Amino acid sequence: MPKSRASGTRKRRTAGTRRAGPSLLVGTRKGAFILRGDAGRRAWRLSGPHLLGNIVHHFVADGRDGRTMLIAARTGHLGPTVYRSTDGCKTLVEARRPPAFPKAPDGELKREVDHVFWLTPGHASEPGVWYAGTSPQGLFRSEDGGLTWDGVCGFNDHPSWMEWTGGPQNGTPDGPKMHSILIDPRDARHMYIGMSSGGVFETRDQGRSWRPLNQGCRADFLPDPYPEYGHDPHCVRLHPLHPDRLYQQNHCGIYRMERAEGRWVRIGEAMPKKVGDIGFPLVLHPRDPDTLWVFPMDGTTVWPRVSPDGRPAAYVTRNAGKSWQRLDRGLPRKQAWWTVKRQAMCADTQDPVGIYLGTTSGEVWGSVDEGKRFTCLARHLPEIYALESAET
Amino acid sequence: MKVYIPGALHSYTREASSVDAAGASVGELLDDLDRRYPGIRFRIINEQDEIRRHIRIFVNSDQVAGLSAPLHREDEIMIVCALSGG
Repeated sequence: MPKSRASGTRKRRTAGTRRAGPSLLVGTRKGAFILRGDAGRRAWRLSGPHLLGNIVHHFVADGRDGRTMLIAARTGHLGPTVYRSTDGCKTLVEARRPPAFPKAPDGELKREVDHVFWLTPGHASEPGVWYAGTSPQGLFRSEDGGLTWDGVCGFNDHPSWMEWTGGPQNGTPDGPKMHSILIDPRDARHMYIGMSSGGVFETRDQGRSWRPLNQGCRADFLPDPYPEYGHDPHCVRLHPLHPDRLYQQNHCGIYRMERAEGRWVRIGEAMPKKVGDIGFPLVLHPRDPDTLWVFPMDGTTVWPRVSPDGRPAAYVTRNAGKSWQRLDRGLPRKQAWWTVKRQAMCADTQDPVGIYLGTTSGEVWGSVDEGKRFTCLARHLPEIYALESAET
Repeated sequence: MKVYIPGALHSYTREASSVDAAGASVGELLDDLDRRYPGIRFRIINEQDEIRRHIRIFVNSDQVAGLSAPLHREDEIMIVCALSGG
């Protein structure tokens, strides 16, 4: 009997349901939402809010098991935490031991996790492992799917931690961040992190030892514009099919590194001068390591951090940064002063690739043809902090 | 002792606005509270055992500065989320 029931169910599903499209996991200043697309990515259905009133810095699905989701959350009053769901946010379980620094002995720096800023599922060979980056800069690891977290001592307790990070007062207006935790798909021990501020660092022994990886990258806000560390990478990406190539959107431009060369090359120089190459997110094509998208922000004068001239546009390169093409069809033509944060732009894995972005004014925009034309998928949401895609 | 819980923490106390807990100091009381309602302490107290920036703790009508404040059997404790935000 159980066998026949299962068989009947399968037949009904085959006949009665369409293949689902991608989902967009939206983290906002007031909670989390899920925007589910149909198979053609033409119709989108919004659900939520989940954790209404919580500041959601990152909302990430685990592509390894296809069901686990973690949410980095805090409220304005309470301490930071992480929530876990395995049923599409119908139920959320709080971490039993959220990321936290060790209690400092008297006379030493008392570090306090202000918020969990970044979440990354671990290597495919380590199911259940996740990494979290915090503000101020701390790296934490969970081995039980996000329920308990321990500090990665090789980084957090490194004697040079203060020197590398500049300390808890040195960072973005919303606090210093660790972000862009990247894991080499060939080797679970080989990882990169980005820090604002601090720069890009690399480990080859799963976090026991670290070295800065910032050669060639400017830090023109410092007395020495080419220091060993102290840079401000906004978003760093590693291509899963070409893990020896890194890209970063930095405070001082867009860069590419061939890891064997070990030197960042500024590929944003090819952007139009009136637009510049300042911004926060950087999104890779899932199958073409030469193709990436950015969303420029005004980085002149006092750093308005809005779309240059009030005319939002994505830019794409299909030759690893040699040339860039403006993509603004469907986007507002004028007086649209958008800000798109570093986690608030993503791609799906479909063909053609879908490109999505969330604005601080609470709108989600998407393109199902790799940026040729954008449409608004959702509006009237709270300030969007993060947007990640998940295949369901 | 009776402990008044702010609305932001009712999800931990199964929506109760006041609960019982015991301890000879504020720190001990919060440890007991965390045993009864796991996770609640870290939302109030940071990893350096300091009261979080936007939290206030009152014993009867007096605000306390830290976890070492002594408690007596007849005291009432109120945990408050400070006015802030937007």
